[in-house]
Amino acid sequence: MAKRSFLIPGVDKRLLIKDSIKTMPDVSRRRFIAGGASLGALTLLTGCDVIDSSSAEEMLKSVSKFNDAVQDFIFNPDALAPTFPESAITKPFPFNAYYDLDDAPEVSAADWKLEVRGLVDNKKSWTLPELYKLPQVTQITRHICVEGWSAIGSWTGTPLRDFLKLIGADTRAKYVWFQCADKDGYNSPLDMRSALHPQTQMTFKYANDILPRAYGFPMKIRVPTKLGFKNPKYVVSMEVTNDYKGGYWEDQGYNSFSGS
Amino acid sequence: MSSLTATDEQVSATPAKIIQPAWVRVMHWINAFAMILMILSGWQIYNASPLFGFSFPRDYTLGGWLGGGLLWHFAAMWLLMINGLAYLVTGFATGRFRKKLLPITPSGVLHDVRAALTFKLGHDDLTVYNYVQRTLYAGIILVGVLIVLSGLGMWKPVQLHWLVSLFGDYPTARYVHFFCMAAICAFLVIHVLLALLVPKSLRAMIIGR
Repeated sequence: MAKRSFLIPGVDKRLLIKDSIKTMPDVSRRRFIAGGASLGALTLLTGCDVIDSSSAEEMLKSVSKFNDAVQDFIFNPDALAPTFPESAITKPFPFNAYYDLDDAPEVSAADWKLEVRGLVDNKKSWTLPELYKLPQVTQITRHICVEGWSAIGSWTGTPLRDFLKLIGADTRAKYVWFQCADKDGYNSPLDMRSALHPQTQMTFKYANDILPRAYGFPMKIRVPTKLGFKNPKYVVSMEVTNDYKGGYWEDQGYNSFSGS
Repeated sequence: MSSLTATDEQVSATPAKIIQPAWVRVMHWINAFAMILMILSGWQIYNASPLFGFSFPRDYTLGGWLGGGLLWHFAAMWLLMINGLAYLVTGFATGRFRKKLLPITPSGVLHDVRAALTFKLGHDDLTVYNYVQRTLYAGIILVGVLIVLSGLGMWKPVQLHWLVSLFGDYPTARYVHFFCMAAICAFLVIHVLLALLVPKSLRAMIIGR
């Protein structure tokens, strides 16, 4: 690797430039990070290229995969996320996405259908009225964001495991993969054991009202045993699969299991 | 401190001129490396959603963005935890903690703090820690345990819910984690400063003598 130049002793000029790219729009940032940069500011510590950024990134990816396995190992399918009284609900519940609320998907209830694909017996699509007829439960849990903040909310919907049973899903498959209507195409894989967790929910209501646009109308997957980004909103399809298909944030470096 | 008389036990436990045994030195530097990685990546994570009205300067964060900071944090945590656990086990098993850090008496601490502030605290015998050192070293071990426990609780607030409950709830564990970091940074400043003021103590932590 070429010798790097330092603007500030110990700080790599190129890494500074890379850092400033963080302020770029998300799409370009995503492409940039996928291109293999911005993880390796270890030069800050060593003052030289003992570890170049690409080998550091490979090491970090391996450890993240190891952490997936550790989390899968300690995941207890019967451990329930704490529930709270209504008085504990955070008001207003924050809107959070990689875009502004104005850019949130506007899904037409009449046109929307939930597509079901992959290892399931019944691949019929579901309309909103059909889904609303399924038995629903309400739970008040803490949503924890990968950024560190958390908020308590009330979500109502059908336990995902009941729906998976209804459509004859092969629950020995590894993942349920969700695709969403967000701009740039949000998607996220959910490991089957988390998908079958009793609190994992196909959510249709927030605070007893039809899910507003800000929180993922018409359907969100609420997984109280996962970080917020593993709770996809504006879901348009689910696929039961053995293949790891990646995810919007997972591909950029967020730990894939991200269980809580 | 010269005015503190070493007991027979302490003398016999530090044969020859070895002040810092090899295991202490190795674990000390692994811990220093892991701790710096944890602090710099932790600042990156903090900046994604600051608890207070400030952010850490980007130049002093690791990972480039939140995702990179998290990867560093959850990689370096293994180094920190495994090394820390080995240190605690060895420290208790060899009796080093008991010999070096105890007793800590209020009068002893007061005396040595006063001596330190008037620059009268000697370091003639590096094998015996004065009361200021004992308090700081024992205290920082406790803070280290707290920061790991609060961090584990935040990492797995459902699976390790009992751990989060120790601190109250998830948000309070976050504050505990932050203030432990602040305490470690404050310790680090004093620790490095004093090591530079008494260079032979730094030498002892590198070559043992």
